[in-house]
Amino acid sequence: MEINKDFSYTEAFIACPECDLIHSTPKIREGEQGRCIRCGALLFVRHKNSLNRSLAFALTGLMFFILANLFPLLTFQMEGQSESNRLIDGAIAFWNAGYWELGIVVFISSVVAPLAVLLVLITLLLPMQLGRSPFSPQFQVRLLSHLKPWAMSEIFILGIIVAFVKLQDFADVSVGLSLVAFVLMVAATVMAYLTLDEGALWSRLKEIRA
Amino acid sequence: MTAPVTAQSIGAISCHVCGLLVSKRFIAEHRADCPRCDAALHSRKINSLNRTWALLIAAAILYIPANVYPVLTLISFGRSTTNTIMGGVIELAQSGQAVIAVIVFVASVFVPIFKIAALLFLVVSVQLGLKVQRRKRALLYRFTEFIGRWSMIDIFMISILIGLVKLQALATVTAGPGAIAFAAVVIITMFAAMSFDPRLIWDDEGNDNDG
Ligand SMILES: [Zn+2]
Ligand SMILES: [Zn+2]
Repeated sequence: MEINKDFSYTEAFIACPECDLIHSTPKIREGEQGRCIRCGALLFVRHKNSLNRSLAFALTGLMFFILANLFPLLTFQMEGQSESNRLIDGAIAFWNAGYWELGIVVFISSVVAPLAVLLVLITLLLPMQLGRSPFSPQFQVRLLSHLKPWAMSEIFILGIIVAFVKLQDFADVSVGLSLVAFVLMVAATVMAYLTLDEGALWSRLKEIRA
Repeated sequence: MTAPVTAQSIGAISCHVCGLLVSKRFIAEHRADCPRCDAALHSRKINSLNRTWALLIAAAILYIPANVYPVLTLISFGRSTTNTIMGGVIELAQSGQAVIAVIVFVASVFVPIFKIAALLFLVVSVQLGLKVQRRKRALLYRFTEFIGRWSMIDIFMISILIGLVKLQALATVTAGPGAIAFAAVVIITMFAAMSFDPRLIWDDEGNDNDG
């Protein structure tokens, strides 16, 4: 491959994030993706209307996140007594039981990080939609990449399912409205991520700033 | 085979956050941070192998209390049942919940062991300069990084049970100390996977006559 090494920084080439091999940036069409020829890592994706759709999904996700905090997740009944829990009750219960480390871990991974991901996406994409530059796109993009591994809502859902099955053995358990909202929030967040094309993000930012 | 053209071989660094390719000359003359997203630029993750080793050893040590100590206790009608991680799986299997038992077994028992073993193998294979099966090792790394978070299922399950089941005399669930060690194993192995640099698998390709 012919590479002009005399650049300061360039978008004409990219290095594979997992093996460092240089690839020239291809002209791929919307809906297509490009993988590294050496290690198979995903290098390029193009989505139709990427930024608008990602924003729409993030806003939807935020709406469901709010709903998920208003109602019970599960309701548990035994001998005429009942008890419900909200999204944040798990973290609080760990904290109150003296397991504050676990309280913090659960609070961050099931509440703070999923909410922060949505808020960062919205504060990044909404101003751009209105033709304005976000307050600090560099910081926001870096924050997003740091938050991503710690937002574990989809795993939390499996935790709820296992808890539900365990309780069924000795009590009546029913699913609350919040669980439905929470599942929809996770779906919207996943879609917001999947449709976000970072290449499109940087080029749109350049246009706005020009 | 000739040495492949990499960012390193042309004197450039790829930003780990936004992927911009920045030349080392630019970095030396202007700034050490990415001109597009301001992230600190590193050709390879800093001290990758030592860090991964240290985290893996810590995770392996904590794996023992995570499995020996109970993670939760259920008290119902004065009868109490205490579960370790494995005990919880067995109980699910015995109550006829085979699918859920398999999911919890994979997430809580298989994944942590697999993850520690896979990362250990990757680190050692780089240190020994293993030249074969690079693509498979790259795939192993990608898979390991992807599955790691799923071990949190048990921690979330416990958090839900202790937050929900608190009907004093009728039924109460409390957490056990094993849960802290278990969560620590999950988080430490997540950091271990993050600190391993998969580019090290490929760095000596083409330097000599290998495939
Ligand atoms: Zn690659
Ligand atoms: Zn960057």
